[in-house]
Amino acid sequence: MIRFLSFIVVALALFALPNDRAVAAAEIQEVTTPGGVTFWMVEERAIPILSIQIAFRGGASLERSEEQGLANLLTSTLDEGAGPYDAQAYAARAEEIAARIGFSSDRDTLRVSASMLIERRDETLELLRLALTEPRFDPEPLARVKAQIQSGLKQDEVDPDAMASNAWFSAKFPSDAYGRKASGTPETVEAFTAEDLRGIMPRLINRSDMYVGVVGAISAEEVAPLLDALLGDLPAGPPEGASGAPDAVTMTDRSGIEVIDFDAPQSTVLFGHDGPLRDDPDFIPAFVMNYILGGGGFASRLTVEVREKRGLAYGVYSYLAPLDRSGLYLGGVATANERVSDSIDVIRDEWRRMAEEGVSEEELDRAKRYLTGAYPLRFDSNGKIARFLVGAQLEDLPIDYIETRNELVEAVTVDDIKRVAAKWMDPNQLYFVVVGKPEGLASSSN
Amino acid sequence: MFNLPRVAAAAVGAFICLSTPFSAQATEASTGPKVTTFELSNGMQGVVIEDHRAPVVTHMVWYKVGAADEPPGQSGIAHFLEHLMFKGTDEIPPGEFSKIIAANGGQDNAFTSLDYTGYFQRIAADRLELVMKMEADRMVDLVLDEESVRTERDVVIEERNSRTDNNPQGRFSEQFNAAVYLNHPYGVPVIGWRHEIEELERQDALDFYKLHYAPDQATLIVAGDVTPDAVQALAEKYYGPLNPSGFVPFQRPVEPPQIAARRVYMSDEKVRQPYFTRAYLVESYVTAEPGEGEAFAVLAEIFGGGFTSRLSRELVQDQKTALGAGAYYRGLARDKTTFNFYGIPVEGVSLDELEAAADAVLTKLAEEGPTEEELERVKMSMISDEVFQQDSQSSMARMYGAALTIGLTVEDVKAWPDRIRAVTAEDVKAAAASLAIEHSVTGQLTGVDVQKAEAAQ
Repeated sequence: MIRFLSFIVVALALFALPNDRAVAAAEIQEVTTPGGVTFWMVEERAIPILSIQIAFRGGASLERSEEQGLANLLTSTLDEGAGPYDAQAYAARAEEIAARIGFSSDRDTLRVSASMLIERRDETLELLRLALTEPRFDPEPLARVKAQIQSGLKQDEVDPDAMASNAWFSAKFPSDAYGRKASGTPETVEAFTAEDLRGIMPRLINRSDMYVGVVGAISAEEVAPLLDALLGDLPAGPPEGASGAPDAVTMTDRSGIEVIDFDAPQSTVLFGHDGPLRDDPDFIPAFVMNYILGGGGFASRLTVEVREKRGLAYGVYSYLAPLDRSGLYLGGVATANERVSDSIDVIRDEWRRMAEEGVSEEELDRAKRYLTGAYPLRFDSNGKIARFLVGAQLEDLPIDYIETRNELVEAVTVDDIKRVAAKWMDPNQLYFVVVGKPEGLASSSN
Repeated sequence: MFNLPRVAAAAVGAFICLSTPFSAQATEASTGPKVTTFELSNGMQGVVIEDHRAPVVTHMVWYKVGAADEPPGQSGIAHFLEHLMFKGTDEIPPGEFSKIIAANGGQDNAFTSLDYTGYFQRIAADRLELVMKMEADRMVDLVLDEESVRTERDVVIEERNSRTDNNPQGRFSEQFNAAVYLNHPYGVPVIGWRHEIEELERQDALDFYKLHYAPDQATLIVAGDVTPDAVQALAEKYYGPLNPSGFVPFQRPVEPPQIAARRVYMSDEKVRQPYFTRAYLVESYVTAEPGEGEAFAVLAEIFGGGFTSRLSRELVQDQKTALGAGAYYRGLARDKTTFNFYGIPVEGVSLDELEAAADAVLTKLAEEGPTEEELERVKMSMISDEVFQQDSQSSMARMYGAALTIGLTVEDVKAWPDRIRAVTAEDVKAAAASLAIEHSVTGQLTGVDVQKAEAAQ
């Protein structure tokens, strides 16, 4: 279901890195149901709710090029009528039982999120089961949702953030799903039918690469049969002969500056180059390094240099984005057209300084104190914990990761960061996409 | 003031509360968390919301001053001061406030709204004393130098660019909102008009600070793994010694009777999806008679709260004239507020046509009232929202903070579900019938119609 005019944009952390004392009280259990579904679970009795998160690896990466946007259309229509319920009846039923069911997809996953009142768990999970196994894709909702997606695509054509993101990813991944806009193109979306949705469903939603996290006022023994009933009817694996996600993909070496002319007072800038994958031994040192460079808000070098000292921007940041098949190191800033070239110079200088000099002992110490001390803040709600339980499984982390993660951060040395910075950071390799009317800046990308 | 955007597309965004950041939802005494209150001898109110699931705490100080309390000609000063509050004190060197919080494993930020300005930290529960000490310090000992004020003003201009000037929806929304109020300052944008932000000076910020920042002008909210006694003891220690200002808030200009419907039109070539929006001036939870605000809240849900609402069913699904349509009520306001609805047409349907269709849906609701079935379903959904909301410590803290700062009480918040339960079909019908066009503004935002533009030449 698509919500229009969502006035409030919420910035979410890209990936959940986990803590120690936080969930210690309520231990994470790994359980396998009689039906063979393995799930991670935390029993939490304080609030009478149950949260279930499910992730299926693949997402938009499983789309063929002519299917661009099909995963997005699928997650937008799964709850638009299922089993005996048409779209209206499905939504009314969800309201009646206070069920919160949501679907989403991204470059690497398709996700299911369900929150429910604990006493309504049976009805809620039955409603969810219908969406996962008997979606109707009736003509009315399908036409409506497609029109909503088309409207969003049109608006994205004049949205500087969307323009910058599309330009960056299509230049860096010209022949991979990562380079394609996840919501599709006007042409692909127009062509999609209910048959297409039914066709791609078993590829995107099956039990072969599925991860489940559960948090709630319930025991694992009680949850197990519920999960079997919910997920037992899903295909065990993808259809015969279906190709899985492609192998690791290497981004192009496109670098320099690409200016996209857009009439607005402020230029919107997206920049980046490649970065470590999540399972790369460099990941944790790079993560700590990035906190110091551009991941730590007011504590970060980029914010101090770009915002505090020069007043060039409201927000400037960088982050590691380890996708499944390619690691990215990205950042962004928005600055008035007259001064945006100054912002880019400062960012390049800071990139170079980090690559050449690394960080000081004091900076590293402060970073560790933040990263280890703030870790429990990631686990102060059932919803956050459930998302972690799934995220950790997707990232193949051990079940005791929460207890060991801070040790991994503590172990990082100034020399580690120096080595990782020299290896991964290259100001000459940065590719900047600038959407606006930047003064004194012309495209100069290779 | 500062939102850490980790996702490029999300960019800056969370903390100017022009739109409804949360609806007034309350906890049932039977199932909700333990909420206790105290008051310090200097007049500072305290609220403790216990949540022992994780060893963390959310500490917030809410000042009862917002953008609607700014001196004429100094729009944006409340928000500008919010930024400057991070610059340092006689004890905290410039630029160090947030760094100290971070080095203790905490996160901090702030937000400005029409009615309030809030500062918060999220941190391990055993560091509550540290953040309370720092927050108390900057309540009275802010230090500003000219240079950092100038630089920060540039930052705010960039913030305004990002939020407003860079997109037609932002600029339109600002113009529309200004038209809703003839006299009351809710019509002024929270971030400020650009030409006035550019003139804000260090002394303006300090004057505003001296007038409005004091313990008797503030509400303390602490949510998390704490006990009320321990919180009160710390509050006595750090906030207790501060002198109250005794300041009596200025009476804000009052809205005169509105007797003429207004319309706002804007066209921009960067609009690919036109829409219309309507705002009626109505009573808020604070100004309304008991039950009146709740009736508007239920009406908003039935009329345009979601997929099963009247607007969505009739316009989006049956008539297929709208891609989306909805309604909302901004009940958490100190003064008169708005009831809003909007519609996004499908291609080939004009805004006037869609507006007329939406009006017809509202008229029918005003004449016939809701069915018992939809009333019960919507109430069930609204009341269960409060159970889900308990999962977020921050949102509980924000809900209580906002409610208390605008003049409601903890009891009001707790009684909210019961008041929703008490809303009748007749109440909803009356609320719908009270929405008179002469108290309203209708706005239409459109793209530039190339054919029409060429034909005119």
